[in-house]
Amino acid sequence: MLEIKNLHVDLEEEDKTILKGVNLTVEAGTVHAIMGPNGSGKSTLSYVLSGRDGYTVTDGSATLAGVDLLDMEPEERAAAGLFLAFQYPVEIPGVGNMTFLRTAVNAQRKARGEEEMSAAEFLKVVREKAKTLQIDADMLKRPVNVGFSGGEKKRNEILQMAMLEPKMCILDETDSGLDVDAMKLVSDGVNALRDAGRAFLVITHYQRLLDHIKPDVVHIMYDGRIIKTGGPELALEVEQNGYADILAEVA
Amino acid sequence: MAQPQAKQTTLEARLGAMALPEGGLWATAAREAALTRVQVMGLPDRRDEYWKFTRPESLVQVEAPHAALFLNDDEPDSFADVDRLKLVFVDGVFDAEASDDLTLEGVRIDRLGMATKSDIHWARDLYGVLEEKGQTPVARPLAALNTAYATDGVLIHVTGRPSKPINLVYVHKSEVSDAILHHVIKLDPETEVTLLENGPAAARFNKVMEVDVAEGARFHHIRTQGRDHERRAATHIFARLGAQSLFKSFTLTANGVMTRNECVIELLGDDAVAHVAGAAMGDGDFHQDDTVFVTHDAQRCESRQVFKKVLRNGATGVFQGKILVKPGAQKTDGYQISQALLLDEDSQFLAKPELEIYADDVACSHGSTSGAIDEDALYYLRARGIPRTIATDLLTLSFLAEAVEEIEDEGLREDINSQLAAWLERRRR
Repeated sequence: MLEIKNLHVDLEEEDKTILKGVNLTVEAGTVHAIMGPNGSGKSTLSYVLSGRDGYTVTDGSATLAGVDLLDMEPEERAAAGLFLAFQYPVEIPGVGNMTFLRTAVNAQRKARGEEEMSAAEFLKVVREKAKTLQIDADMLKRPVNVGFSGGEKKRNEILQMAMLEPKMCILDETDSGLDVDAMKLVSDGVNALRDAGRAFLVITHYQRLLDHIKPDVVHIMYDGRIIKTGGPELALEVEQNGYADILAEVA
Repeated sequence: MAQPQAKQTTLEARLGAMALPEGGLWATAAREAALTRVQVMGLPDRRDEYWKFTRPESLVQVEAPHAALFLNDDEPDSFADVDRLKLVFVDGVFDAEASDDLTLEGVRIDRLGMATKSDIHWARDLYGVLEEKGQTPVARPLAALNTAYATDGVLIHVTGRPSKPINLVYVHKSEVSDAILHHVIKLDPETEVTLLENGPAAARFNKVMEVDVAEGARFHHIRTQGRDHERRAATHIFARLGAQSLFKSFTLTANGVMTRNECVIELLGDDAVAHVAGAAMGDGDFHQDDTVFVTHDAQRCESRQVFKKVLRNGATGVFQGKILVKPGAQKTDGYQISQALLLDEDSQFLAKPELEIYADDVACSHGSTSGAIDEDALYYLRARGIPRTIATDLLTLSFLAEAVEEIEDEGLREDINSQLAAWLERRRR
């Protein structure tokens, strides 16, 4: 599904190389996790894949279902099936959550040459999906993320994911700022979307999230590279011993 | 009357081209007094403190600059779905055919043109009176000119709570029309009315509205100055507020080569509330100026000024807003914000926020910003599949929202929002 080869990326503003040759393949139907110490390049990877400004790809490639991602605008990547759940969802005063969701859903459909969703149909679907994430009518009406608690913002991200039905979901530290109950709710939302045709890349600092969203493969990222890949047990090892052992082992 | 020579020449040319209308006793007295005011003040020019950011030439020259008609046949008029009493003016002249019957329970509506023929009318105590008061400390000669020469307009005496808004519709049909309208609105104690205004009015439009809001009365004003590109307008609102009264005014301006909207509000009774807000969208040859003066002259009054402008392709926005708190106006709560969203580097926003406070127990805050579109928000929307142009429009609506939310009535607020969204959408095509 997602294929990253030898990806090198510079941060434009600081003229600094962040990713130094990332290789990663995420197959359809699987959940991959990326862990790693602060500053290892995890979030940069998610931004580069989704098309945020400020990064220059100096080498390598990234494709989604065989299509080159790096040449596309952010909205084209989204329409092609890529979704990034933000670590810090942005507040947009004055734009209703529903308006935002419907605009997004229909923009993607239009870009793919599909029929736009009618207001009535959209309302029905969104209510259904919101309910399972315990998002009430008020939250749907309010401006996007404005005045939302940390947990509400993350639930709102998952609602967007559920509505947009992407092929490839990247979750950037979705567990940050969540209490135990909220983490369970968010994880249930994610697990409900697990599907043979969909893949996940979960970026996290903690094993805790991976108790709920069980990964098939765990990668350790350090200094702009994936330095170790293993099964779920790798996350447990990090949780118990930190990164020191792994770093020493590959050094 | 010691005017600089250039000013004197401009004044003589303009006044020489007009004749003071004939009228009954009260009207003639008011017009002559206003004419004297204009002669003393002279017409505005660029040396005037309050005309530094806006060139007054096209507003004061003898003939209205030519303005090609703009056909907006691809959109419904503002407030089309609102149940309202419609009064239509075509190039500044009342059109009885196109207007609804002037009767509505809770108000008495007269035409200025009729009322000035009689020797006595309730409007005598207000016509030109609030305008004259609003001439100090800042001169507003175009308003005095209006009082002197206006022959049409409406006089609305609110005696109850009419069931629907009154809508003044201004149609522009002549490319050289030079319209002057003067309205007077008097709200009796504890009454409430909503006044809607829309339309470009004329090639050049000079409008004054005097509003007297008695104790406990509530006045709501919503207007749209729509997409007619070449029109010019200088408008004034003069409002006087009694105790516990409410005044709320919102203006949406889109396009128009020249718009100067002045609003002069005096809070004279304790616990009165005045909110004045504006949302402007300018593209290209667009100059829009909000000049606001709020005077607190009573205790525990609240005033809010909320002005937002979205500018692109060299458009210019101006805000001159003042809060004056007089001695004794304790517990005043004053707020003023003016913000511009500049969508490119060619556009400019000129702001002059002013506070002048002579009471020691007040809360007044003000702020003014200009900035580009929020890149984080833009990226967030695009990452959800929303193309850049649509995302920019959504953020534009988001930026204007604080001003639009000043409209109390949900239906009218939605009407304005959908108009805004439609304008943005059409622009994309």
